[in-house]
Amino acid sequence: MADKTLIEAIRQAMDEEMERDPSVFIVGEDVGKRGGVFRATQGLYEKYGPERVIDSPLAELSIVGVGIGAALYGMHPICEIQFADFIYPAMNQIISEAAKMCYRSNGVWTVPMVIRAPYGGGIGGGLYHSQSVEAFFTHIPGLKVVIPSNPRDARGLLKSAIRDPNPVLFFEPKKGYRLIRGEVPAEETLVPIGPAEISRAGRDLSVFAYGMMHEYCLQAAEKLAREESIDAEVVDLRTLYPVDRETILASVQKTGKALIVHEDNLTGGYGAEIAATIAGDAFTYLDAPIRRLCGPDVPAVPFSHPLQDWFMPSVEKITQAIRDLHAY
Amino acid sequence: MELSADLKREMFWTMLLARRTDERAWALHRQGRIAFHVSAIGHEAAQVGAAFVLKRGHDWVAPYYRDLAMMIALGQTPRDFVLALMGKREEPNSGGRQMPSHWSFRSANVISHSAPVATQSVHAAGIGLAIKLHKTDQVVLTTIGEGSTSQGEWYEAVNWAAIHRLPVIFMVENNQYAISSPKEKQMAVKTVAEKACGLGLPGVQIDGNNLELVYQTFAEAVARARAGEGPSVIETLVYRITPHSSDDDDRSYRSREEVEEHKHRDPLLLTRNQFERQGVLTPKVVDEMEARAKGLIDEAVQYAEAAPYPDVEEGTYPVYAEDIREKEVNRG
Repeated sequence: MADKTLIEAIRQAMDEEMERDPSVFIVGEDVGKRGGVFRATQGLYEKYGPERVIDSPLAELSIVGVGIGAALYGMHPICEIQFADFIYPAMNQIISEAAKMCYRSNGVWTVPMVIRAPYGGGIGGGLYHSQSVEAFFTHIPGLKVVIPSNPRDARGLLKSAIRDPNPVLFFEPKKGYRLIRGEVPAEETLVPIGPAEISRAGRDLSVFAYGMMHEYCLQAAEKLAREESIDAEVVDLRTLYPVDRETILASVQKTGKALIVHEDNLTGGYGAEIAATIAGDAFTYLDAPIRRLCGPDVPAVPFSHPLQDWFMPSVEKITQAIRDLHAY
Repeated sequence: MELSADLKREMFWTMLLARRTDERAWALHRQGRIAFHVSAIGHEAAQVGAAFVLKRGHDWVAPYYRDLAMMIALGQTPRDFVLALMGKREEPNSGGRQMPSHWSFRSANVISHSAPVATQSVHAAGIGLAIKLHKTDQVVLTTIGEGSTSQGEWYEAVNWAAIHRLPVIFMVENNQYAISSPKEKQMAVKTVAEKACGLGLPGVQIDGNNLELVYQTFAEAVARARAGEGPSVIETLVYRITPHSSDDDDRSYRSREEVEEHKHRDPLLLTRNQFERQGVLTPKVVDEMEARAKGLIDEAVQYAEAAPYPDVEEGTYPVYAEDIREKEVNRG
């Protein structure tokens, strides 16, 4: 076991997979000599050379589109979008092309590809370096959407994503890149795409989250267990699409109460799908209304610190939401 | 480079077969036996000349929807096409999932494409990148209409290929209309080829109705690409003799006189006349080809009409690679 930061685990996964499989390559803006603006690819250019760590033109749709073409040829691209906020020019390539390729060709062509993008707020990034974009993609059959919340999963899930025969959107909570540390097994460990994980077992209510919000939920739950004897179960969804319905439903069947937390704005957000799943298939187990704690319905995270703090769910806000739901 | 008589006859036969298949599709549509057709009539010399330069199954192709003659040159049959027109399960492109003329078949490395235009250009750049990394002598041919070169995706693709000197041939089939919009509403430059100059690769405009010129121009570009000398833009100037599709009515945006005038420059007619002058074709040989084409197309229609539709359950897969049912996949 080694203690690593989230970003170190991500880098380790790419390094290991590139070493294992010569068809794996990285393409993105400033991923080469610079090692990526967050240093996710640091050292890989030196190790694997400019043909496998490719600095792209500053044009996101072609980062993805070129990746798709290379994947059709038989390669396994890792496309880095510098910030999730910049992924929109590539939407056509992701939704019209990557997601539909297997279905529309009746399985003759597939797109084994990973699109990595740092997402999320709380880092002073303003409207265009803070967005959470997962809900756009969890609507699209043909894609897989993965968000790790800790270094062990980041490494294991990214390795699985690189080996997956489908397009995988891999969104990384950038606020946690250096904030979240944890043990990473020394041996090769693949974390499968699909299963959620109960990261804290509890009896009183269920909290569903992913990425940075999962970290906050865990902190809130620990604090409430220590100080107020509220025993919250925390479920790290990890794979948002296709989602692990069984784990979600089993948790609610046990606790009878559900809180969903994400930093993306409320309306049409990913939490709505989780709420509908619970309402549809665990209704008779519910002892309280399903609650969602999400970002507000404004266009994106504002820059100025007080405004950003107002936007972002925090450990304090989550603590209060758990407390309220527990009291219902 | 003088082309052999056999090659000329083979290319003419392919053009003829494509034309008659295309015409049958229009007839089937008028008869209410199919719902939709998008035609390649007028594009045959350009498409066949370009396709015959490729090594089938070795090189790669990222086509667009108006490429019937090119697909026939690469190995699709009238039967494949009529099956697709009718949305039958064994059509090779998609098992009845896509509209007709949305090509895909692995035997000729023809990648699946969609309907939003110019997305395939970027895939061609990606395939070109993969070829370069694998250090093979393969090339990629990607096609597009002139209107679609207005898309940012086309520029990004050409830019990528130019930066990395990728073995990609960007073929622009300029038929002078994007549905109803003439070229003047798509670009301020006189030719699409000129756009290439600004991106750092060679671009030429040629007469797309001149089969031998098309063949030779593509042969040179492909040879350069195989030798690692990078991409090219080749604009083949043609004319879309038919409306955009069976749902279009071109009388609202162009005169009958204009269309009639272009029918005199029909590539099938021009090629036949030229090859007869050269002694490559005789009326008798052409008659035999006509009879053979009619037989193939009659059989195709008969076969396709009797062929089964997909079961409704087939609409549920394969969303992911895990869902692929190998025995059902038509890798034709």
